[in-house]
Amino acid sequence: MSSVIEACELRKDFTVRVRRGRFRRETRNVAAVDGIDLRVEAGEMLGYIGPNGAGKSTTLKMFTGVLYPSGGRVRVCGFEPVPQRVPMARRIGVVFGQRSQLWWDLPLRDSFDLLRHIYRVPAVEHAARLARCRRLLDLDGFLDRPVRQLSLGQRMRGELTAALLHGPRVLFLDEPTIGLDVVSKQAVREFLADLGAAGDTTLVLTTHDLADIERLCRRLVVVDAGRIVHDGTLDDLHARYGSQRRVVVHLDEAPTAPVTAPGAALEAAASGGRRLTYALTGPPGPLLAALAGTGLLRDVSIVEPEIEDVVARLYTSVR
Amino acid sequence: MADLGLYLRLFASQTRAQAQYRTSLWLDVVGSVLMGVLDLSAVVVLFRAGGVVAGFATAEALLIAAIATIGFAVADLLVGNMDTVRNLVRTGRMDAVLLRPLGAFGQLVAMDFQPRRAGRLVVAVTLLPIAASWAGVDWTGTRVAAVLLAVVGGSLLFGAIFTGTGTVAFWWIDSGEFGNSFTYGGRDFSTFPVGIYGSVFRRIFAYGFGLGFAGYYPALLVLGRADPLGAPDWFGWLTPAVGLLACLVAALLWRTGIRRYRSTGS
Repeated sequence: MSSVIEACELRKDFTVRVRRGRFRRETRNVAAVDGIDLRVEAGEMLGYIGPNGAGKSTTLKMFTGVLYPSGGRVRVCGFEPVPQRVPMARRIGVVFGQRSQLWWDLPLRDSFDLLRHIYRVPAVEHAARLARCRRLLDLDGFLDRPVRQLSLGQRMRGELTAALLHGPRVLFLDEPTIGLDVVSKQAVREFLADLGAAGDTTLVLTTHDLADIERLCRRLVVVDAGRIVHDGTLDDLHARYGSQRRVVVHLDEAPTAPVTAPGAALEAAASGGRRLTYALTGPPGPLLAALAGTGLLRDVSIVEPEIEDVVARLYTSVR
Repeated sequence: MADLGLYLRLFASQTRAQAQYRTSLWLDVVGSVLMGVLDLSAVVVLFRAGGVVAGFATAEALLIAAIATIGFAVADLLVGNMDTVRNLVRTGRMDAVLLRPLGAFGQLVAMDFQPRRAGRLVVAVTLLPIAASWAGVDWTGTRVAAVLLAVVGGSLLFGAIFTGTGTVAFWWIDSGEFGNSFTYGGRDFSTFPVGIYGSVFRRIFAYGFGLGFAGYYPALLVLGRADPLGAPDWFGWLTPAVGLLACLVAALLWRTGIRRYRSTGS
């Protein structure tokens, strides 16, 4: 079985007209996606992140058969997205937060029923998947309400269900938690985490929500200006951008001699030397042992690196 | 055709969705009937004022208008929503259409079906026998066949014009009223005897766009009279061929256009 997504030198150029003077206009080619190579295997959970305008949505639209690439090669589930759009569409699920797949004026239940016919899903399979989504996403309260009357959180749960009723091999999500309240966000996130853990569905999501990344993405692809600038796990990202864990200790009184240990560097001393912050480059063991040896140790906490910092550093460093 | 059932289901759901706004639906149906009556009364007004224009009396002109309008109204009912393509393209909602495992054209037709547009069709279908009897048409099998073929061909022709002008949005995002000037202008052109138009204008629209075949030539067959401009009788039978040709061009435009779709940021 080949990869679920294969992209090679994938490009998308847009021509934009720029005004020069009162009447003259200049056309310019802008590469929204500028040569992307990507391979996603079955069952992966991939976070596709990057600043606004990095080309995330454009790439997703090329994967899903909405946009025709300007260059390069792309295969999704073995299909070429635009020419083989219809057979491919049966095997993928898509949740674009801003583009509803539901019928605005019909009850949610009717949309699901229509989708069953559109995707030609056997009734038994459809019922089983719907029952599962109803349970996990708590749909029962609003299944008979027209979609236009649903809250954003309810609609999003409806969209997720709609994208999954035909049992897609890949689920593409563009900003699935954008605009949701904390509870809905958590519900959506838990649901996606379970789905990914089951292993039958490959997840590809774009997001700006760092909690989504931490919870859902085992692999992170960071894009900027249409190019991939990082591809690896979250830990790789921390390692690469030098984000470190920190040890913060409270002592009864300032130690007479500085406490040092291999793999730890003193960053800051506060409260007259009674509150010390160390940056860790190795395991915390030696430092903790040295601190305990002073007999002054009152409290200790290990602070994980903030993903916000890493991503912010990443976005600014690639500019 | 396993798909046919599916499309019927989509039609039905769209109708149900529209029934959600009951008052609006009825107002639209009434409006559509009124518009149909108004359009056709323009013919009456012109011919009342002129008596005989381009060799045609009022009743004969009404027959031309009725045949052309039926063709237009069928196309309007089925694919008249193609002018919404420009909204879908401008707002990026075309994405949702392209994500489903169905042809984009069929989806647009079925998902934006507006039963309210039927009013014009009702008016034109009612008018046809009235105008025919007023003009003293002697109905024969051949003449009935001529009307039926004219309606089928005319629907295809206008359907192609709706589709073709709708695709302009793929090239020119804010195409505004450009498409409408062809569709509604074409309808108005086709409801009058082609003899009333100047020769350049007539050549472009009656033959270039095939609009003379929507009402005028088939009506001559039904009326059993020769073309004052000297076109042969069999021109009246060409309507389906003209319609098919137009559909071919429209299909080509549609295919090319879809590939050019750019979507919008999200």
